[in-house]
Amino acid sequence: MTNAISDIEQAEVILVTGSNTTEMHPVIAACIKRAVRRNHARLIVVDPRKIGLTFYAERWLRPRPGTDVAWINSIMHVILRDGLENKPFIAERTEGFDALGPLLAAYSPERVQKMTGIKSQDIEHAAHMYARASRATILYAMGITQHTSGTDNVKALANLAMLCGHVGVPGAGVNPLRGQNNVQGACDMGALPDVFSGYQPVADEVTRTRMAQAWGVEELPQRPGKTLMEIMEGAGSGDIRALFIMGENPMLSDPDLHHVASCLGHLEFLVVQDIFLTETAKLADVVLPGASFAEKDGTFTNTERRAQRVRQAIPPIQGCRPDWKILCDLASRLGVPMSYETPRAVMDEIASVTPSYAGISYRRIGKKGIQWPCLATDHPGTPYLHKGRFARGKGRFHPVDYAPPPEVPDTDYPLYLSTGRVLYHWHTGTMTRRTRGLVECAPECEVEISPKDADIHDIRDGDPVQITSRRGRITAKARITEKAVPGMIFVPFHFAEAAVNELTLRDVDPVAKIPGIKVCAVKLQKAG
Amino acid sequence: MAKTISLTINGKRITTVPGTTILMAARQVGIRIPTLCYHPRLSATGSCRVCMVEVRGRPTLMPSCTTTVEDGMEVVTANDRVLEARRLIVQLLLASGNHNCLTCQSNGACELQKLAYDLGIEALAFPARSSGYPRDDSNAMIERDPDKCILCSRCVRACQEVQVNEVLDFGYRGRRSKIVTAWDLPYAESDCVFCGECVSVCPTGALTEKQAKFQGRPWELKKVRTTCPYCGTGCQLDLNVRDGRVVKVTSDTLHGPPNYGSLCVKGRFGYDFIHHPDRLTAPLVRHKEGFRKASWDEALDLVASRFSQIKQSYGADALAGLSSARCTNEENYLFQKLMRTAIGTNNIDHCARL
Ligand code: SF4
Ligand code: SF4
Ligand code: SF4
Repeated sequence: MTNAISDIEQAEVILVTGSNTTEMHPVIAACIKRAVRRNHARLIVVDPRKIGLTFYAERWLRPRPGTDVAWINSIMHVILRDGLENKPFIAERTEGFDALGPLLAAYSPERVQKMTGIKSQDIEHAAHMYARASRATILYAMGITQHTSGTDNVKALANLAMLCGHVGVPGAGVNPLRGQNNVQGACDMGALPDVFSGYQPVADEVTRTRMAQAWGVEELPQRPGKTLMEIMEGAGSGDIRALFIMGENPMLSDPDLHHVASCLGHLEFLVVQDIFLTETAKLADVVLPGASFAEKDGTFTNTERRAQRVRQAIPPIQGCRPDWKILCDLASRLGVPMSYETPRAVMDEIASVTPSYAGISYRRIGKKGIQWPCLATDHPGTPYLHKGRFARGKGRFHPVDYAPPPEVPDTDYPLYLSTGRVLYHWHTGTMTRRTRGLVECAPECEVEISPKDADIHDIRDGDPVQITSRRGRITAKARITEKAVPGMIFVPFHFAEAAVNELTLRDVDPVAKIPGIKVCAVKLQKAG
Repeated sequence: MAKTISLTINGKRITTVPGTTILMAARQVGIRIPTLCYHPRLSATGSCRVCMVEVRGRPTLMPSCTTTVEDGMEVVTANDRVLEARRLIVQLLLASGNHNCLTCQSNGACELQKLAYDLGIEALAFPARSSGYPRDDSNAMIERDPDKCILCSRCVRACQEVQVNEVLDFGYRGRRSKIVTAWDLPYAESDCVFCGECVSVCPTGALTEKQAKFQGRPWELKKVRTTCPYCGTGCQLDLNVRDGRVVKVTSDTLHGPPNYGSLCVKGRFGYDFIHHPDRLTAPLVRHKEGFRKASWDEALDLVASRFSQIKQSYGADALAGLSSARCTNEENYLFQKLMRTAIGTNNIDHCARL
């Protein structure tokens, strides 16, 4: 996030898109709801589903899945047309503005209504609300990024925020809500193919030499590595022979599972480190039992860039080892001795080689956490980014054009399928599906179907239904609900026995390599 | 309006800003006024009357949590009249319902119990009368016992004002008053989303974490402050540990950002997995169609030698690693360090993209 979570309550207008916040980030949703109910903030929700927040919204805009660039461009079209852009901000703090206008000309609300299904008046209304606010924030999540156009979607939102100058002040910004507890930290720490910790490029020679020195090795590989989806493809094609998976379950979380299984099957050697025998671990040659968060020390970095402590509460379950220890043992066996006494010592090394974490230590994190960038031991941390100036100097507009999603409904597969999570489970369910209360609330996979589609397919609430895409078929229980909208069904991906990712597409966004998991076309039938 | 206001509390001179309540002004100078329905994160209602104080010149006692200070006010927080009134209130509360402290889950943490003790109440003055409402035992997470409810409405305000789930409200009237969900349905059938905010603010044993029942009394639990392992909000929480087992999760407004004591159902109730019998307890090595258990040394040696072989035969880029958004920063850092140094490849990713 560019801003802090508590900032949300200072916003005058809140635009939430592609985030089912009340289920995915309930505590952040509470901030949004408090802002609306207590501070009279005005909420715009843009989402194909009738998610919980629509109940609190002044306007709910319902785009067809995969049409985000179109409606965002249209909002900007209206802002420019009506002269509501923040001219001083654009002049002083941004560049590339001139290219934006011509591109937006094609996105009149009337035309975009046809592309997206959003009423043109709603686009106009939302544009005025957002542009006229003194402080307006944009919150988004996987519903924006998990598309083949994910990078473009994010750029479009950034354009919108810059156009109105809603950046660099409290209560504003463009704020991705990270799905998993430490996605932010995993990225920050360089668990990425092209960067070391702190986003320092591996291709840069100076950086590489410095890291090699710090790590006491002669050289480091210079060519950026493969991304997740490329690693999977590589396993299938024989380029990748051995794979080490720590704490991930691609056999449930990744798109097009049949393909994932066949790729992993081709490997000569698969190692999985986890706390349970997950669907992925079952395929491994060696399984290493790690420890849960309750059994180890460390830090997580949350979606607002706040590094916070994880503290050991109980000893590791008999036979398990904390993951950091396993890594040290393995590295030492591979000829690079790692002899950290504690995770605290690892953090000290992180700070010494990572500029954005340079001032972070366990002592400073204490009980309040600290938000990076934190450049020195006397730097207070950074609650919101781009204050006064952008990190890269001037903010650059990146005009983007709308491209339709790779698969849309047709006569054979007439419905949109959207995937995601439900309140009571998390990710691949390895933890939540082993918790009584949560299982009681959401025992099985339910597919959300609108009353209208249920009627057309002669399906009643609770019926088992079959969902088929060009890639696979699953069976789940029908839940007929007003939350779903006609023409689109929703299936959560937590459930191994009805693994919705058997249906999804593995086409990826060309830049971020995020698969377009959120949209594909399916057909629906009563099962049995 | 004057910029500052001067008053005295228990004879002590105090200067404060307009709009401050007597309760706040007293706290600023370290004078403790007992409260029950008051909670720092919730709107003040002044309904329980426990925080009553005497204000010179006013005929009745005033609730200090809702009465704002005025210039020249003379406040007394504890004299015979005030204490007698408080005792009466607490006696009435103790008689309403069935406050069986002996094995109550809140024994030792209950604010009503503490008040009774502080006010020196040794025996009930009035016969206890059960509310007649049954316990709500409808779900695995929250237990509601109307017989321990003192109708302070903290749960209602927490649900409405903090989580804005708008599930709870007052129902029925007079003697029959009860905190209810819509249509007075049990939690499990209501719109409740089990965030547990109501439980966290309840001053008595009326709302408790069901699975923690008989797993340890408040003073037997060790609280370890940590970060929620689920979503990216990173809520701060306390693992409540007894004998090496996590038996409950709580949080506290004073923990501050990002959640100020709020949690959701996963953070508050999603901890069973830690001690689940399915946990892996030994390294496993593939053996025929399945696995066999192995020692750590055997498993790690095997991994190291197979990685080295494959690197030798096909080059370092034939290996790849997927790190974890669930693991700590330190572990992610070590993972990429291991792949880049010990293996010699940049083939590292994790599931941020998913
Ligand atoms: S658990 Fe949460 S939603 Fe349910 S009644 Fe309590 S505060 Fe309201
Ligand atoms: S349930 Fe607890 S918090 Fe709610 S009114 Fe009763 S005593 Fe107060
Ligand atoms: S308690 Fe809920 S909202 Fe908070 S971090 Fe955990 S999962 Fe996210």
